[in-house]
Amino acid sequence: MLGLIGKKLGQTRIYDAKGVMTSVTIVLAGPNRVLQCKTQQSDGYNAVQLGFDDQKEQRLTKPLLGHIKKQNGVAVKKIMEFRDFTKDVKPGDVVGVGLFAPGDYIDAIGVTKGRGFEGVVARHGFRGGDSTHGAKGWHRRGGAIGQRLFPGTVMRGMRMPGHLGQVRRTTQNLQVLQVREEENIILIRGAIPGSEGDYVVIRESKKRPKGWKPHADRPENKKAETKKK
Amino acid sequence: MNQAILDKIESEQYRKTPANFCVGDSVRVHTKVVEGDKERIQIFSGVVIGRRGHGLNEMFTVRRISYGEGVERVFPLHSPRVEKVEVEREGSVRRAKLTYLRKRLGKGATLVKEKETKLSPKAKAKA
Repeated sequence: MLGLIGKKLGQTRIYDAKGVMTSVTIVLAGPNRVLQCKTQQSDGYNAVQLGFDDQKEQRLTKPLLGHIKKQNGVAVKKIMEFRDFTKDVKPGDVVGVGLFAPGDYIDAIGVTKGRGFEGVVARHGFRGGDSTHGAKGWHRRGGAIGQRLFPGTVMRGMRMPGHLGQVRRTTQNLQVLQVREEENIILIRGAIPGSEGDYVVIRESKKRPKGWKPHADRPENKKAETKKK
Repeated sequence: MNQAILDKIESEQYRKTPANFCVGDSVRVHTKVVEGDKERIQIFSGVVIGRRGHGLNEMFTVRRISYGEGVERVFPLHSPRVEKVEVEREGSVRRAKLTYLRKRLGKGATLVKEKETKLSPKAKAKA
């Protein structure tokens, strides 16, 4: 499983080859520093520890700095682990947006915007009441939460007002539209969780759409090769 | 820095040949239309009755009378499907949005007062 830590920069729109306007999210994803490679023998599982967002060494705690220095790394703000990394890397390596190619499908993981205490209409999509037809003071309420003397209690899991947002969420199967290695930027179709400036994780999608092929095996890329020959 | 990157990505998509026209101008908009696997140019001509938005999001509205029925089309200024915008006739208007044309009937609905170009006495003499 390939993955990167990135930073959401914002959303805009671009015209694709057909001249169709598409909304894109711009993510700064790199350089990601490989800080540690965990293996089955030494740690009991295979994983790669990546770090993103370089910073001054004085800002880190000494134990963390020691860990980074031991592996020939650079001081970073955000550290994350990716299980079963499919690319061969060793500590000290730098990986970037080059892991992905246009047309790939990715999952974006981030922390959604916090909305605070919200009612049932915003939080659970309840219909609320009529705004007219004589309705008075019963517009955004949730209605009854129980039955009668039997069962005499509110069922567990009853949807009610409360805190909304600021939770880790994954948006699956987003398409990569452009990869700009020199700027460490990746353009992803559609929206991803989180506000601008938040850390996000970009990883290979777990559930790819039917008929998906890796970049090199796609018919349009194959054709170009045969033509060259 | 973030805004700089966003601006850069947006500005890359600005049209290569700038379209210079104003509200009130009579224009011919050349649009690319894809039919099957063929591409051809379709022309929509009328009066520009408004421009809105800025940067990549700028749109303009063209109004024409087609078979007695008013038709308005909104084009994204920077769309690659808008091949070019030809100015047929410059108009002289005092508003940014010409919504008042919608109420007009007949000739008044299709034409805006022509722009009076200030010519130097020499140029006038030539004309």
